[in-house]
Amino acid sequence: MIYGLTAVVDSELALRALAGFTQLLDKVLPALALVFVLIFAINLLLDPQRVRKYLGKQSGIKGWLTAIVAGILSTGPVYAWYAVLRDLRQKGMRTSLVAVLLYSRAVKLPLLPLLVHYFGLNYTLVLVLYLIGFSVISGLIMEKIEGVRAVPD
Amino acid sequence: MLLLTSLAITIFPEQISLGLFGQHDFIDVLLGASIGSVAAGHPLASYVLGGELLAGGVSLYAVTALIVSWVTVGVVQLPAEALLLGRHFAIYRNLMCFLFAIAVSFLTVYTLRLIG
Repeated sequence: MIYGLTAVVDSELALRALAGFTQLLDKVLPALALVFVLIFAINLLLDPQRVRKYLGKQSGIKGWLTAIVAGILSTGPVYAWYAVLRDLRQKGMRTSLVAVLLYSRAVKLPLLPLLVHYFGLNYTLVLVLYLIGFSVISGLIMEKIEGVRAVPD
Repeated sequence: MLLLTSLAITIFPEQISLGLFGQHDFIDVLLGASIGSVAAGHPLASYVLGGELLAGGVSLYAVTALIVSWVTVGVVQLPAEALLLGRHFAIYRNLMCFLFAIAVSFLTVYTLRLIG
């Protein structure tokens, strides 16, 4: 619809954009194919119940690692995870692990091939490591601010 | 999504993106982080847009800040996060993530320079 409206206003611009789209598609298609395969595989393996088991208050290092891995593997819109995380917090999930999980979602495992395609392997590795590191820092800071088990207001 | 991304890239020509960016590294990073913070699309679009901006001459600092803030900061989702996880938590977390996007962008580029 947007392309249609653009064509009405400026048909040449719409044509150029379409041409650009086909060039873009040609560049990213191989990486996209891998992305879709990975998304399918992850959706088969991960469910909220399995995550809940390892994120309790006494989970220790295991909890931190679980939160990081769960964040990395999680898919779907973030607002779907807000409801799950609220539920988990009310059942005793640490505040820090909520922040860790939300931040480590920045590491989009299925999309890494595309990141490598555009920015290179070194960039991708360095960025992923910093994102994981900062997810831990975000958890520590949020727990200092909110407390170990603050219940949402 | 790719259709919209390529439309955006065509409508906002190179001159505009270079006019917005290219002032100073820190300002570019702030700009990239700010744009990423209010973006609401799929993260895939941020990688594509970031790649095209980089090819168009925008600095890696700004592109990294945009990519990181796109997925970590959610101004659009803030009301939902505040409602479900608490206003205090949502505001502080998003502020912190905005600052982290800036830090990560500088650290990533500096590290890449160090490792060659």
